[in-house]
Amino acid sequence: MSLAAENVSWSREGTLVVDGVTLRPAPGDTVGLLGPNGSGKSSLLRLMQGVAKPSAGTVRLDGEALSSIPRRSIARAVAVVSQHAQTDMDILVEDVVRLGRIPHRGTWGGDPEADRAAVVRALEHTGLADKADRLWHTLSGGERQRVQIARALAQEPRELLLDEPTNHLDIRHQLELLTLVTRLPVTSIVALHDLNLAAMFCDQLVVLKDGAVVAGGTPREVLTPALIRDVYEVDAEVRYDDARGRVAISFEPAALAAH
Amino acid sequence: MPAPAASAAPAAGGRRRARTILTAAGLTLGGIALLAFSVGVAITLGPADVSLVNVRDVLLNHLAEADIPVRVTEDAIVWQERLPRALVAAACGAGLGLCGAIMQSLLRNPLADPYVLGVSSGASTGAVAVGVLGLGGAALGLSGGAFIGALVAFALVLGLSKMAGGGNDRVVLAGVASTQLFSALTSLIVFAFADSDETRGVMFWLLGSLEGVRWNDVALCLSVVAAGTLICLRYAHALDAFAFGDEVASSLGLNVRRVRLLLLLMTALITATLVSVAGAIGFVGLVLPHAARLLFGSRHTRIVPATAVLGAIFMVWVDAGSRVAFAPTPLPVGVGTALIGVPVFIALLARRRRAA
Repeated sequence: MSLAAENVSWSREGTLVVDGVTLRPAPGDTVGLLGPNGSGKSSLLRLMQGVAKPSAGTVRLDGEALSSIPRRSIARAVAVVSQHAQTDMDILVEDVVRLGRIPHRGTWGGDPEADRAAVVRALEHTGLADKADRLWHTLSGGERQRVQIARALAQEPRELLLDEPTNHLDIRHQLELLTLVTRLPVTSIVALHDLNLAAMFCDQLVVLKDGAVVAGGTPREVLTPALIRDVYEVDAEVRYDDARGRVAISFEPAALAAH
Repeated sequence: MPAPAASAAPAAGGRRRARTILTAAGLTLGGIALLAFSVGVAITLGPADVSLVNVRDVLLNHLAEADIPVRVTEDAIVWQERLPRALVAAACGAGLGLCGAIMQSLLRNPLADPYVLGVSSGASTGAVAVGVLGLGGAALGLSGGAFIGALVAFALVLGLSKMAGGGNDRVVLAGVASTQLFSALTSLIVFAFADSDETRGVMFWLLGSLEGVRWNDVALCLSVVAAGTLICLRYAHALDAFAFGDEVASSLGLNVRRVRLLLLLMTALITATLVSVAGAIGFVGLVLPHAARLLFGSRHTRIVPATAVLGAIFMVWVDAGSRVAFAPTPLPVGVGTALIGVPVFIALLARRRRAA
């Protein structure tokens, strides 16, 4: 059952930013959220992590309304990675990852052995075991995002929400990061800008426009020239690469004069 | 192979944990011993000569009801003047250090502290308004006035920084504005309404001064700071969670608004109490958390006790230093902390620019 949005809408300062969205990811899937800037991807993710309450509809975790579950219990099931984590503090990589254990603590303490083991596992899973003692701000952008994913993994969640996690990364690190995400033993919902990356890594895609879902399905079903034209207002050629089994999209330059 | 490895791991973990606890206990005890020693030595320093032996005898007389003969003047200097003064200094150092650590974490700004953000200035204005103008009457008292002033100043700073876009640097800019406003208000009240005696007293107190503190001040400061330390320890992990901002803290299961409100109110309360007793002592809250981080890393389970103990030791020495530097004329203790704190502030600014 896990995390699901049922017909959720969110009206923020009089504007409908999410409009009747239903999202039921299958366990273990990587679901891509697509749509232009301001289409409601981030807003939907905020609703699904429970930091904002929908004005209509319900987000449910294991069948229970998210609004009736304590924040700490949500954090033990749902982890979040944002697009650009930043800090001014001198903090060790290991201590960043350890933050993920906070929801597992009781009022006065936690289980130090379980915490330690989870941190070590998360560091190994993300290939950061040798960087545990480094200072966070000495890492590259790609490594920093990996540390944030390790932190999320230390939460031992079942669901991972990622808001444009590859935004500030070069292509190699984008590929590395998304490969890592798709191999994680969790259900992931990823907001993405790059349609080719979405096609390459996501099992399912959901396309938003003006807060509403306009298409959903596998990359091959969803990413058609007509849809791209309609949602992003650009012309694109879509080919299906049978050998690799994936969709490849190439875009036409913008026709500025037409506007 | 898996079986022995599995059984060895918990044992190693247990040993490691025991070692961690021992190290922590050792450091804490060492710090407290160093603090006690500092207080002892600081009491001997000053215009009138008192030896460590005298200090010990007086303490034994008062605490253990020993009947060691000491001169009345020595007993008065140690028990009525310098010991309460050293204890209030320790409480101020610990309390202001903690306030700085909390603000730096919650506001995500390494330059935040009660003085830089104008909270101390607000507390001063509140105290002066009560002391000189008689606002609120005797029931409010200097502490009450300082507390209200601190809250108003803090609310103003947070409101201003939010209005200006809420960025990390806005907080410090809002603090500058708030500090200027409240110092101007304080000066206005003093010049317009205070007589010359009151003026001298107030000015000295505004620079931070531990002249004339008494045992009831000690009780007030120590209890507020001790309660604050316990609450900080309870919320040490929450303070860690703010390292990457409110959104991450919230996704880690924190009730961000509640934790922030509680801890910021607590810093206002601690600052107000300390300012009402010792005046606006600057830069202690800025410097000490950084010293603690440098020595013990970024985790608040370590930063909180380390800042408290280091802050206490630091203030005891600065106060003793300011008492003897131009003896018999005492120097306001805030002058000493500013002379040490401002260079650190500049170094932090320079480092931030490099990091950006």
